[in-house]
Amino acid sequence: MPDLGLEVLLKGKNLARLFTGLGVALKISLASVLISLPLGILLGVLMTWKHPLIRAVLRIYLELIRIMPQMVLLFLVFFGTTRVFGWDLSGESASVIVFSLWGTAEMSDLVRGALISIPAHQYESSAALGLGKVQTYLYIIVPQTLRRLIPLSINLITRMIKTTSLILMIGVVEVLKVAQQIIEANRMSSPNAAFGIYLVVFFLYFIACWPVSLAAGYLERKWR
Amino acid sequence: MKKLFVKRIVALAATVTVAFSAAACGNSGAAAGNGDAAPAGSEAAEKTNAVYRTLDEIKQGGTIRIGVFSDKNPFGYVDENGEYQGYDVYFARRLGEDLGVDVEFVSTEAANRIEYLQTGKVDVILANFTVTKERAEEVDFALPYMHVALGVVSPDDKVVESLDGWDREEQMIVISGTTAETYLTENYPDIPLQKYDSYATAKNALENGNGAAWANDNTEVIAFAMQSEGYTVGIPELGSQDTIAPAVSLGNTTLLEWINEEIRLLGSERFFHADYEATLADTYGMDYEESLVVEGGGTQ
Repeated sequence: MPDLGLEVLLKGKNLARLFTGLGVALKISLASVLISLPLGILLGVLMTWKHPLIRAVLRIYLELIRIMPQMVLLFLVFFGTTRVFGWDLSGESASVIVFSLWGTAEMSDLVRGALISIPAHQYESSAALGLGKVQTYLYIIVPQTLRRLIPLSINLITRMIKTTSLILMIGVVEVLKVAQQIIEANRMSSPNAAFGIYLVVFFLYFIACWPVSLAAGYLERKWR
Repeated sequence: MKKLFVKRIVALAATVTVAFSAAACGNSGAAAGNGDAAPAGSEAAEKTNAVYRTLDEIKQGGTIRIGVFSDKNPFGYVDENGEYQGYDVYFARRLGEDLGVDVEFVSTEAANRIEYLQTGKVDVILANFTVTKERAEEVDFALPYMHVALGVVSPDDKVVESLDGWDREEQMIVISGTTAETYLTENYPDIPLQKYDSYATAKNALENGNGAAWANDNTEVIAFAMQSEGYTVGIPELGSQDTIAPAVSLGNTTLLEWINEEIRLLGSERFFHADYEATLADTYGMDYEESLVVEGGGTQ
C-alpha cells in the first residue's frame, strides 16, 4: 500500500471540513436544480410553439448560455454585475444564478427534444379516441415525454453537481477548495497527501451523484 | 444615456476578458510562483466610480474584508481546524485589531485578485501580491512587507555560488514560464537551461542529478533546501528584487494612507520579524529572516 497521506484527514476537523465543503456544493446544485427543472420544462414547451418571436428569443438565450464556458458566466455574474449595476452579490448567490440560467437553458432544450420526438400519430390517435387537448397531454404525451427525459435530466443534474468545482474561482469554498487547502497546509509534513485527498474527493462526488442515478434507474424500471 | 450604455458594455467586455484569461491561465506553473499569475485583464481600464469603501465606512461597518490565499502555505492557508493562518494572515489580523474591526477573510486565487479590488468586493488584498508596474496601474499598492528574489539551489558537494564563468557542459534546471526562466534567458543567455513543466518534475530532475543547479523563486528553493538533506542555496538573492505589498482599490487613499502609517508604526516593534518567526521560520529557518522580511516599509 503506497503512502497516500490519508492520515492528514484525521488531523483536526479536516474530514468534517471536506463534508462541509461537499454540503456547500450540494446546496448550490440542489437550489439550482429546483429552479431550473420547472423553468426548463416551461421554456421547453414554449420552444415547441410556432410563435416566431418566442422561438427566436428562446433560441438566442439557449445558444448564448451554451457557447459560454461556465467560468465566464460565473465571472460575469459575480464581478460583472458589480461593475455594471453596482450589485454586491455573494459568491453563493452568483453561483445559484449562473447554474440556474445554465440548467434552465439545457433543460428546455432537452424538453423540446423529448416533446418533438413524440410521433404525430400519438396526438392523432388520442384525438380519434375522443380525448380532449388537456387529456391528450395529461394521459398520452406527458407520461411518454417524462420517460424520455429521465436519463437526460439525470445527466444534467450530475453535470451540475460536478461543475460546482468551478465556483472556487469566485471565492466560494466548496469541497475541491477544501481539498486543496488541506493538501497545501500539509505540503511539508505529508507531501504525498495530494493523491489520497483527491481520491477521497472522487468518492465524495461519487456518493453525491450515485443516489441520483439510482433514483433514475428506479423510476425507469417503475414506469416501463 | 447612450454614453452610459457604452460604458457599461465596455465594463462587461472587460469582465469577460478577465474571465477568459483566468480560465485560460489555469494551473500552469502554479507551483512555481506563489505571487505571479499574469496580470489578468490588463486592459480593463474602466474605472467604476468609488466601488471601494473608505476608511471611515469600514470602521462604521465594523468589518474589514481582506482577500488572502487559502491554499498557499505558509503565506495564507487554512489549518486543520478551519482557521486562516500564515504570514499574510498574521498581518491581516493585526490590521483588523488596530482598526478596531472584525476581519472577514475572503479566499482569493492568483488570477482574480485584481478583479476583487476593482469591484470593491474586498477592501484589501494580502495575498502574496508582488508589486509590478502593470498591476500598479490597476490597484494601489501600500508599502511593502516582504522581499522576493530568485534563488539557486545546488547539491552540497558542488555548490553553485555564482553564475559567472558557468561551465557550458552543465545545465541549469528551471520551470517553464517562471520569472527565473525569463531572467536567465535575458541576462545569462550562455547558460544552457533544462526546462520542466512543474515543480515536482524539476525537483526530481535536481535530485537525479540531471542538472547542476535549480533556479526558482528564492522562497521555493530555500524551502526545498530546508526539507531535503544535501542541498544548499548557494545564491539566495539573484536579479532584481521584487516586493510583496498590500493592495487596495485604485483611488482608495484614506485606507491606503492608514495602512502605510500602520506599516511604519509596526516597524518600531519589529512586527514583521515577529510575524516571520511565528509563520515562516518553520519553512525557511532563521537564516533568511533578514533577506525576506521588509520592516517598516523600507527597502534596503
